[in-house]
Amino acid sequence: MTQSFKTNRRTLIKGAAAGGVLAAAPLVSRFAQAQSSAPIRIGFQQHVTGIGAAYGRWYGRTTDAAVKKINDEGGINGRMIEIIAEDDGTDPKRGAEVVGKFASQHDCDVAFGTLFSHVVYGSAPAAGELKLPYFVVSEGHHVASGALNRYTMQPGITDVKSQVQAMAPYVAENLGKKVTMIFPDFAFGHDHRDYFTAAIEAQGGEVLEHIAIPPTETSFTKYFPKIPRETEVVYHVMVGPAVLTFVKEMGEFFGPSKPAIFGFIDSLEAVDMTSPGLEFLDGTYFWEGMPRYAQADQTEYDKAFRAAVGVDDNGASVSDPRDVSTYAHMFGCWETLHIIKAGMEASDYAGPQDRAKLIEAIEAMTELAESFEHPQGPKLFNGKTHQVFGVQYISKVENGKLVKVHTTSIEDTQYPDEADYTTMAF
Amino acid sequence: MIRDLGLHLALIAVLFVLGLTLPDYHQGNMARILVLATYAVGYNVLFGYTGLLSLGHAMFFAAGMYGLGLVMQHGGWSPVPAFIAGLVSAALLSVIVAVLALRTVGVAFMIVTLMFSQSAFLTILYFGTWTRGDEGFVIPQAARQVAGLDLTDPVTRYMAALALFSVALLLVLWLVRRQEGAVLIGIRENEERTRMLGYNVLSHKILAVVMSGTLSGAAGAGYALLFGYVGATFASVQYSIFPLLWVLLGGAGTTIGPLVGAVFMFYLIDYSSGLTNAYMLIAGVVLVLLTLFARAGIMGEVRKRWAPWLP
Repeated sequence: MTQSFKTNRRTLIKGAAAGGVLAAAPLVSRFAQAQSSAPIRIGFQQHVTGIGAAYGRWYGRTTDAAVKKINDEGGINGRMIEIIAEDDGTDPKRGAEVVGKFASQHDCDVAFGTLFSHVVYGSAPAAGELKLPYFVVSEGHHVASGALNRYTMQPGITDVKSQVQAMAPYVAENLGKKVTMIFPDFAFGHDHRDYFTAAIEAQGGEVLEHIAIPPTETSFTKYFPKIPRETEVVYHVMVGPAVLTFVKEMGEFFGPSKPAIFGFIDSLEAVDMTSPGLEFLDGTYFWEGMPRYAQADQTEYDKAFRAAVGVDDNGASVSDPRDVSTYAHMFGCWETLHIIKAGMEASDYAGPQDRAKLIEAIEAMTELAESFEHPQGPKLFNGKTHQVFGVQYISKVENGKLVKVHTTSIEDTQYPDEADYTTMAF
Repeated sequence: MIRDLGLHLALIAVLFVLGLTLPDYHQGNMARILVLATYAVGYNVLFGYTGLLSLGHAMFFAAGMYGLGLVMQHGGWSPVPAFIAGLVSAALLSVIVAVLALRTVGVAFMIVTLMFSQSAFLTILYFGTWTRGDEGFVIPQAARQVAGLDLTDPVTRYMAALALFSVALLLVLWLVRRQEGAVLIGIRENEERTRMLGYNVLSHKILAVVMSGTLSGAAGAGYALLFGYVGATFASVQYSIFPLLWVLLGGAGTTIGPLVGAVFMFYLIDYSSGLTNAYMLIAGVVLVLLTLFARAGIMGEVRKRWAPWLP
């Protein structure tokens, strides 16, 4: 039996409609393609000007290198990353304005990159109110302290509290238990004062004297006589343009018979260790977030990271050996961007409507193995406090180079949770 | 007087409509600008109308900011009493500064206000245990509610900023149209002659410092409350220079000039930073050009050329 088809007006219209749909299909799929292949827009809050400019320059280079790597490997869920950089002037007011610009004008999916704590504090309320995931690379204790909000996370760099407390066991065992601390008299210095004092006491040591130096000081000679004679270790965390004067004057004060000296490399980030006046630091110790100089046991991950960013074995730019990097911090941008990628892929992130899913996916992360994505070392992410924990390094200055002498465990860096952001509503 | 009031009410009405119609980004910007313009309005009372150039107004802005922030953070105060605490802090500080700094004139007054402000900045750092120094602290979103109104909601925040600015603007209009305002302008133009005419110059100067400082403090308290951050940066020297720039740009001694200057400066930096990293250079060149070709500032030139009646 054959079936005959009669064409009438209704079937003609149906046919035309179906034909239209078919004809439009390539357009539809192209539109869908455009939707799914539109770039992921990441707002990069960069310290281009202001006191954080040296950090901002290297954060920028690291970010570019990480984005190139991720895009070369196929992007995030098949979508390329597009970085929209805005200068925050290392200023909390401008920082908040820039976050607003990312959310409302640039239509960014997320924002990231801030280093200086006051800019994080100034910007985080805007990120929370605009519901923009905000990934900071700051090493401040602000996130883990619970002072911020559910949209603010620090998954790519450890915080100052964990760094400082992880130093105490090594200092007490190897350098001495009677410590004098010299620190700038503002929040960064106060964090060191409070966290290290508690940590060294837990190791059976003590801080003999806290010497707080006003931020406007340009000469330090009058402070050195305050260092008690029985001091075994001087712990210093001076930062800013006066740090070279500080080291030079400390050298003149102690001469050849100095106590053990331990510092944080924050003092000398982007500063050449062979600068005149720094010879005195030979034989002293530094915390490093990631060893600036390529070490004898350099991992393949560190090697690849250096090559990608354009940093030589001395921690300087491959194109200009005088352009020293902020190596102890800038890996945080690289690792944070890889966390964003992993989080977006785990949550099947498609657009701003999935921001809450993205945050939940990152909160669910725990162990992060040392890898090309995490070249600084293995880490443990705490979803409740939105803070990552990881190994820390102690290096000794030998012939003008920093040589790694100790790697802490992750356990050394951990402390009880002070917040649970997962209980906060989105 | 009616024309002045009409102009100012019309400006407020335009700003009100803008608050409901601007795109999100510009609405957010304008909320911030209105608070900063309130600061500039306060600065203008002293600099624009009285002729006293202060280089330390950030201390008043910070007094308001910390007056509100500290009692909310450590005392759990609600926003309205905390805002009053901010006003009282700024008013008290301005009385003290007025009594001490007004013993000097000219360059010495500039230096004394600068030093007082630097002392205030260092005091904030010194009491870091409570102020968290340079880092500052956040006022949580949940605490920024007034009578069921969520001050973190963009429209509500804009309207609150507009209310703050409007009160400051109308207050200054009222002042400059009173005899006291005329005396302040007299002091600016010729202090000796004003004294010779029998006016108490010192008491009028004290009035100007206290009004200027308290309005600046209101802006500081408003900033902390509306944008949720309190930090020592706002007490630093650059935040003393900003209102001077806004007022110079917009027109010193004009009531509307501070707003015009704040808007102009904000968008100059916002747009030029999208063009180049050397945006401060662009801002600098524009400032130099304005100084060369519009010495009275934008509204000052408008008054000079077209509307001599502008207050």
